[in-house]
Amino acid sequence: MSALAENAAAPRGVEPAADVTLARVIRSEWTKLWSLRSTRWSLFVAVLAQIGLGLLFAAITMAHWNQLNFGQRLLFHSIDRSVAGYHLAQLAIGVLGVLVISGEYGTGQIRSSLLAVPKRLPVLWAKLLVFGSVTFVLILISALIGFVGAQAIFTQHHVNVAIGAPDALRTVIGAALYLTVTAVICTALGTIIRSTAGAISAYVGLLFVLPGVVALLPTSIDNSISPYLPINAGTTVASAINGSGVSSTWGGFAVFCGYAVVLVLVAAVLLKRRDA
Amino acid sequence: MIEVNGLTKHYGAKVAVQDLTFTAPAGVVTGFLGPNGAGKSTTMRLILGLDRPSAGSSTINGKAYADLTSPLREVGAMLEARAIHTGRSGYNHLLALAQTQGIGRKRVDEVLDIVGLKDVARKRVGGFSMGMGQRLGIAAALLGDPRVVILDEPANGLDPEGIRWIRNLLKGLADDGRTVFLSSHLMSEMQQTADHLVVIGKGKLIADTTMAAFVAQASGDAPVRVRAADPRALAEKLRAAEATVETSDGGALQVHGLKSERIGEIAAAAGLVLHELTPLQVSLEEAFMDVTHTSVEYQTDKVSPEKVTAG
Repeated sequence: MSALAENAAAPRGVEPAADVTLARVIRSEWTKLWSLRSTRWSLFVAVLAQIGLGLLFAAITMAHWNQLNFGQRLLFHSIDRSVAGYHLAQLAIGVLGVLVISGEYGTGQIRSSLLAVPKRLPVLWAKLLVFGSVTFVLILISALIGFVGAQAIFTQHHVNVAIGAPDALRTVIGAALYLTVTAVICTALGTIIRSTAGAISAYVGLLFVLPGVVALLPTSIDNSISPYLPINAGTTVASAINGSGVSSTWGGFAVFCGYAVVLVLVAAVLLKRRDA
Repeated sequence: MIEVNGLTKHYGAKVAVQDLTFTAPAGVVTGFLGPNGAGKSTTMRLILGLDRPSAGSSTINGKAYADLTSPLREVGAMLEARAIHTGRSGYNHLLALAQTQGIGRKRVDEVLDIVGLKDVARKRVGGFSMGMGQRLGIAAALLGDPRVVILDEPANGLDPEGIRWIRNLLKGLADDGRTVFLSSHLMSEMQQTADHLVVIGKGKLIADTTMAAFVAQASGDAPVRVRAADPRALAEKLRAAEATVETSDGGALQVHGLKSERIGEIAAAAGLVLHELTPLQVSLEEAFMDVTHTSVEYQTDKVSPEKVTAG
C-alpha cells in the first residue's frame, strides 16, 4: 500500500456544492450498471439469445420445410418466428432486473446508495430508467438483426417478408417493449422482496408457473383468466398475429404495463418507508 | 454539529434506543461508547436517516439528514457493516457515489490517494482485506469533504500504523472545525483521540461529557501516590488526618481519602520532604467499566459452566 497522506482535509478536487438531481443519480446508476461483470454477462446472453434463437429456429424450420404438411405451412409465421429469441432473452433480462437492486441489498451497498440519495425514490427511478433504456435499445437492435437474418434464411423457401410488411416492424419493436417492461417488473420485484432468490422466484412464478396452474382450472375459467396473465398479456405486442380485446396487440400490452405500474408503486412506497 | 433529541427506536417489542438526547459539537472529536448491543449502530443509522425513529429526531447542522440537498458534502459516514457491492472496483464504487452530487473524478482519485488505496483502486472490492475495505469506507466518507464525519468502529481491521493514521486524520478534521463522531470499542484508542464522550447503555444515555470530566469523575476516589524522605513519619501525619495509607513496593505510599493538595499542605506543615506526589487517574477503560457494568446487555459472568460446555 502506498504511503498514507496525513492531510485529508484539503478539498482540492471538490467543486462548489451541487445538489442531488435525478440526472446525476441516473449518471451514477449508469456507472453502477456497467461496472459489474454480472451485468455485462447477462446482457451479452440476452443479446445472443434474441439474435441466435430466431436464426436457429429459422434454419431448422427451413431444413424440415419439405416435411411440413399444408396446414403446418399455413400456420408458419415468419415474423413471429424471427423474433422468438425473446422467449430465452427474457430470463436473462428478468434476472438482471432483479439483481440491479437485490444485489445492493445482498451486499449492503443499498446503505451507501441511500446515504448519497436520502430522498431514496430517485434511486428507484434512475435504476428503472437506466436499465429499462439499456434493455430497450439492446433488444431492439438484436431483434432487428435477428429479423433480417431470419428472413434471409426464409428466402430458401420464399416465405420471407420485408421489414416494411404489415406488423413486421411493430413486432420487432414489440419484442423490445415486452422485455423492457419485464425489466421494470423485475426491478420492482427486487425492490419489494429485496432478496435475490426470493425476487427471482416471484418473477418465474408470476410469468411462467402461474399459466400452468391456471390451465388446470375448468376451461371456461381458464379461458377468461388466461388473457390477463402477465406473460399472455405482455407478449401480444411481440406477435404479428392480432387478437381482439385483452388479446389485441395494444390491449394485452396495456394490461402488462398495468402490472408494472402497480408493482413499481408498491416498490416506491416500501423503499421510502422501510428501514434500510 | 449533531443534535439528537429524544431519539427512540423500537424493533417490535425490543427497545434499541430510548429517549436519547445529546450533542456532538463541532471542532472536537466526540467518542460514542457503549457495551455491545447498547444501540450505538442503531443511533448512527437513525441520525443518517437509514432507519425511521419511533419517536424523537436528530439534526446535522440544523437539518434532518433526509433534507440535505447535497448530503455527501455535509456528512461523511462509514457504517460498521460493509456497505459496498463486492463485485465493483473501489474506484467505480466511489465514482458512482460522487456522481450523485456532481463530485468530480479528480476528487475520487484524491481520496483513494489519501487512504492509500491508489494501487488497488481498479481491483474488485470482493478481494479486499478487512483493513482495505475499512480504508475504502473512510475514502467514501471523505469524498464530499464533509463538515460532519460519522464513523462506526473506524479502526476495525486496521494495523497499528493504520490506527495511528486514522487518529491523526480525525484530530486534523476536528482541528479544522469539523464535527467528528465516532464509535469504537478500543478504549485506549478512544482515550487518545476523543475530547468529548457520549456513553450509552441498553439504549439509554449514561454520560454526555468531556473526556477529562468523565475520567476525573471516575477517578474521584482514586488514591494519591506519595514518596517521601521519611515515609513512616508522613504516614503517621496522614492517618491523623483520617486518610487510609498503604505502603506499596519501593516505599511509596498509596493514600486514600485525601486530595493531593491537602497531602502537600500536611507535609509542608510538618516539615517533611516529598519526592513525589501523584494523583492516580483511572484509565478510560476502567472508568467505562465502572459506569457501564450495571447496564451491560449480555454479562459474561452469568454464563454457567454447563452452558459453556454445551455451547
